Amino acid sequence: MSEIIKEYIKKISPICKMLEEKEISFMEVCGTHTMAISKSGIRDILPEKIRLISGPGCPVCVTSPGDIDGMIKLSDLPDVIITTFGDMIRVPGSNRNSLEIKKADGADIRIIYNPVEAVDMAEKNSDKKVIFLAVGFETTVPGIASAIIEAEKRKTENFFIYPANKVIPPAMRALVMDKQIGIKGFICPGHVSVITGANPYRFLAEDYGIPCVIAGFEPLDIIISIYKLLLQLHEKRASVEIEYSPWVRPEGNIKARDIIYKIFKECDAVWRGLGVIPGSGLSLKEEYSYRDGRKLLKEEIPSVPETAGCRCGEVLKGLIRPPECELFGHVCTPVNPVGPCMVSSEGSCSVYYKYSDG
Amino acid sequence: MCLAIPGKVLEINGDKGLIDISGMKVETFLNLLEDVKIGDYILIHAGFAIERLPEEEAMERFKLFKEMEILG
Ligand code: SF4
Repeated sequence: MSEIIKEYIKKISPICKMLEEKEISFMEVCGTHTMAISKSGIRDILPEKIRLISGPGCPVCVTSPGDIDGMIKLSDLPDVIITTFGDMIRVPGSNRNSLEIKKADGADIRIIYNPVEAVDMAEKNSDKKVIFLAVGFETTVPGIASAIIEAEKRKTENFFIYPANKVIPPAMRALVMDKQIGIKGFICPGHVSVITGANPYRFLAEDYGIPCVIAGFEPLDIIISIYKLLLQLHEKRASVEIEYSPWVRPEGNIKARDIIYKIFKECDAVWRGLGVIPGSGLSLKEEYSYRDGRKLLKEEIPSVPETAGCRCGEVLKGLIRPPECELFGHVCTPVNPVGPCMVSSEGSCSVYYKYSDG
Repeated sequence: MCLAIPGKVLEINGDKGLIDISGMKVETFLNLLEDVKIGDYILIHAGFAIERLPEEEAMERFKLFKEMEILG
């Protein structure tokens, strides 16, 4: 442990003692934070009172089972190429089907890194429909919007997306309103905030009195952020502070947001475990809606129940820790995952399994 | 999934740039940023630069950040 971290721990302990709460729960809502916290063993060096809980920070994990089924169904259509970020491919749908299984059965499913690669692919395969599975939060959406702008510019008519992108702040509201969770502060996501800036979190501080700190990804960043959250609690104030100051500007990246909202508009969205959250999704604006890949399915995408026995929903709300799920570690493992929280490398269950800090 | 990594701009060709990420040369879209210049530090996510810091500012901010950490 570095000297600076030790210094901070020394400062944290007395503040913690002065706070009258028996337990102080801080939630992080970013998969990269979930990984950084578990990997660094920060939980072990903090005073017992502080509980770090992981929220719905993994975009793959919060994609609704209905959408996963819809994506798998698309891969059955003739003359389609499905393009996706790697994390999506192993997520099981409602009947334990997955894109990976479909691929092994011969469906044309390709992993890409940059959404514009899918536009290039569509240009080269004009006899095919190329569908990109659009998952991801604010960090990822500007690139996806740019791919659509690129397809418009090049008149690539056979490029589609499956719109399943989500924005984080409305989910944070839903989590705060759930009194069962009892969040006392948010470790806000660093790279989402590069795009959004600090403003979208202000309502959490102003309307709900919840301290927020936008944090970087090194262990020290996280320790400093926890210290700042505790100070706010101690001084009985709530505001949004930026700890990840080299990269996050208070106003965020305005140009990137303009690009998002040129293509997308806000809509209600279903989150795994959290249900429908108003204004938390992004759908294509009318003039681009012909690129909505869901329309290629001639049927409605039904909403399907969560996988039986899998408690991802409670994990995503921070209500239980992964080892409290009966399937964790024997029935459900990274090699043979039951739910998405075990599939994605940044899902809470797989992170707990890997670093076994249960 | 929201992982992003910093790099330094080596070349700019229209909407794209050639970026040095710890010695590796990678092509990245620059369309989400205003006025990118050679030498700027940028933060890259899924093939797109999402934020930039001019070289001097980067040096200053990282230095300031380090000092802040030390002084606490
Ligand atoms: S351990 Fe597996 S089954 Fe249990 S909540 Fe996590 S992903 Fe779902």
